[in-house]
Amino acid sequence: MVNKLIKEDIKMFLTGNEVLAYAANSAEAEFMYGYPITPQNEIMHTWCKLLPKTEAGFLQTEDEISAGFSTIGGILAGKRAFTATAGPGNVIMQDAQSMAEMMRIPFVCAVMQRGGPSTATVIYAQQETRLTCYGGNGEGFRIVYSTAGHQDLYDYMIKAFNTAWKYKFPTYVLADGYQGKMREPVMLYDPASRGITMVPTEKALLADGEIGVDRKSIHMRNTYNMEEELMEVLDSYQVDYDKMAEEVAEWEEYKADDAEILVIAHGIVARSARTAIDELREKGIKAGLYRPITIRPLAVKPLREAVSRAKHILFTESANGQLAQMVLEKIYGLTTPYSTLFKMGVGVTGDDIVQKVENIVKEGV
Amino acid sequence: MAELLNLPPNLPKSQNAEVGASKFCPGCGHGITLKSLGNAIDELGIKQKTVFGCDIGCSLLSWNYMDLDTVQTHHGRTTPVIYGVTRANPEAIGIAYMGDGGGLAIGAQHLVNASIRGERMLIIVVNNTNYGMTGGQMSPTTMPGQKTETTPYGRDCSVTGEPAKGAEMVAAIVNKSKSFVARSTVSNPMKLKQTFVKALKNVENGGFSFVEVLSICPLNWRTNNVDTFARLQQMEEYFEVKEFLTPESV
Amino acid sequence: MARTKIVLAGEGGQGVQSIAKILVEAGYEANKEVLYIPNFGVEQRGGVSIAFCQIADERIGEPRYSKGDIVIMLSDRAIDRCETYVDKNSTVVYDTSVCTKKPTCECKEIIGIDANKIANEQLSARVFNIIILGVLLEATHVLELSDIKNAMELALGKKFDAKPELRELNYKALEMGMSLVAQKAGV
Repeated sequence: MVNKLIKEDIKMFLTGNEVLAYAANSAEAEFMYGYPITPQNEIMHTWCKLLPKTEAGFLQTEDEISAGFSTIGGILAGKRAFTATAGPGNVIMQDAQSMAEMMRIPFVCAVMQRGGPSTATVIYAQQETRLTCYGGNGEGFRIVYSTAGHQDLYDYMIKAFNTAWKYKFPTYVLADGYQGKMREPVMLYDPASRGITMVPTEKALLADGEIGVDRKSIHMRNTYNMEEELMEVLDSYQVDYDKMAEEVAEWEEYKADDAEILVIAHGIVARSARTAIDELREKGIKAGLYRPITIRPLAVKPLREAVSRAKHILFTESANGQLAQMVLEKIYGLTTPYSTLFKMGVGVTGDDIVQKVENIVKEGV
Repeated sequence: MAELLNLPPNLPKSQNAEVGASKFCPGCGHGITLKSLGNAIDELGIKQKTVFGCDIGCSLLSWNYMDLDTVQTHHGRTTPVIYGVTRANPEAIGIAYMGDGGGLAIGAQHLVNASIRGERMLIIVVNNTNYGMTGGQMSPTTMPGQKTETTPYGRDCSVTGEPAKGAEMVAAIVNKSKSFVARSTVSNPMKLKQTFVKALKNVENGGFSFVEVLSICPLNWRTNNVDTFARLQQMEEYFEVKEFLTPESV
Repeated sequence: MARTKIVLAGEGGQGVQSIAKILVEAGYEANKEVLYIPNFGVEQRGGVSIAFCQIADERIGEPRYSKGDIVIMLSDRAIDRCETYVDKNSTVVYDTSVCTKKPTCECKEIIGIDANKIANEQLSARVFNIIILGVLLEATHVLELSDIKNAMELALGKKFDAKPELRELNYKALEMGMSLVAQKAGV
């Protein structure tokens, strides 16, 4: 067991990376495995600085491949373990993430997106959206929370551990360099004070009881001999995934009820959209926001309803439509026209969205 | 005679009796290696706290071979999974089991860093001088002149470099007083078992152990019994069989 | 004003991020909504250093904005880099004793100050950035002097306690910065 540092509500002025380290501690995370990459470094810096008080564990590995696989090892040993990465680190960590997907390991990872492809920038992007949802040689049996600021980081990091351990799908907090590096106020709390109980961990390896007496030895595999054997396993995963999706999928709407122009955005860009929507409403333009919080799985029904109500859709992302692709598939059949405002690896400001929407209106919705 | 044939096989207690016939190719060295390992685990009485991780490649066929809590990983990634376990569970004895490709090529960075950090685990690299499961390609340890699917005219060291010597490399970078490093061979199963006993004792004492096992692959070598062991003997001359580092405590 | 957007830019080593931290800390302690993004690149040192700060009365939406209300440029490179954050509503402040040119962007007002010269000649080169902090305080009018002093105690209190004359020096620098803007505004 670890010592929890946040015992009562406390408002703090922190960077997002610091918030994530505190959140992991509040979630009773016991071990972090990590490798340096900007812009997520301060998660492990903070985690390490707090170790004497938390009595948790940490290993700095030789690369993200190792960070991912050793996190899996820690989880199999029954610890609430996690890791964090970004950009090219997220790319090579897919190796471990696909193993977690196949073996239903409650893998928890914070992804602080940076520019891509390749090394690109260390600053900011939303270009790891597709990778985090669907990376690896598989089907994307993953749960991805896209956060929009520090309170989200705290709330959803805690939630990610419970989602992962309850449903046994790899679970991600998808944020970005802005959220990691920026400072803003945040309310930290003991999850228990909000009625949140942490889902107990289980030891997959060296569980209680004696082999041959109380239990058999455990043999975990990820290799199958027959195609049908694999499909049977994956079909059962899909059933579990669909069932989970109904309970886990989250979204947020802002002035979307009567919106004629519906902005669809996730993460920090959704926050810029809020600023823009307030400004547009003042100008008499009925704009609203639909923000998927879980971008995998998407909440399909409310999404289709919101899109049906609007006269025009605006997809905006700090990427070239990675979320839009996922959304378009889910709203197939609806005929609401759409426009796009994609800035690859660059922040989308409120002004950008206001201008774009005004142009849409000018051209006639 | 018939009664003799009906005798149950003399398996180590830490070997899984339920698994039935081995899935390894006839004549493969993995069976001897795993049985020796099982006997060593039995002798030390550590079955209940041992975690066995197997790599991809022929090693993956050991995924249910042992009566030990076992996890199959990805190619080259058994080392980090196992030190992930032992870092989180200080009671556990971790064994990472892999081939020469998994240990010295795709997983080399993990081997190097686990060695340097002195991870509390045993890494076993079964060296049969080729990638067996994928059809017999050249591996880091393929012998000079050896024919494989990717060196059909024999390994030309002027192009490929010399065969990798895993045990020597590990011995050079580990903490000398806390590490057990040895190269052993399937030609002497009793010695092999004793090597594993020492290696595991060292892990129990909190140290890092590395054992490279010279092994045989008659299928991909396309050798008969006589030639197989003649080849193994050549390997034993090329790759020195000995204990490179033995802490006083074992 | 409900929200003030500040862009602070200078050379690495001019202390841009330090004063941005003090500024937002002061806002936070004064119960304002604040948001600060340090600009960070692959270089740990060197290069143009930019801080994006917001101080508001209500919850802040966008973390990055297109145009600043106050854009402070402390070097030629900072001018080149930051004219993009300026529009007709922006107040631009630049240091005439560091920059060899004047910002040419269209804006509400351009204020030239010689903080670097004053720091070197009258106070100490080390408090150059504190003069700028004073400039910011006076130019924005969203925080009180006492808020900034409190935040300075949080950031520098230990140093001040060890060397009390440092506290005086920094206060003087703050006031000097404030008066620089007040003078200009009076002209």
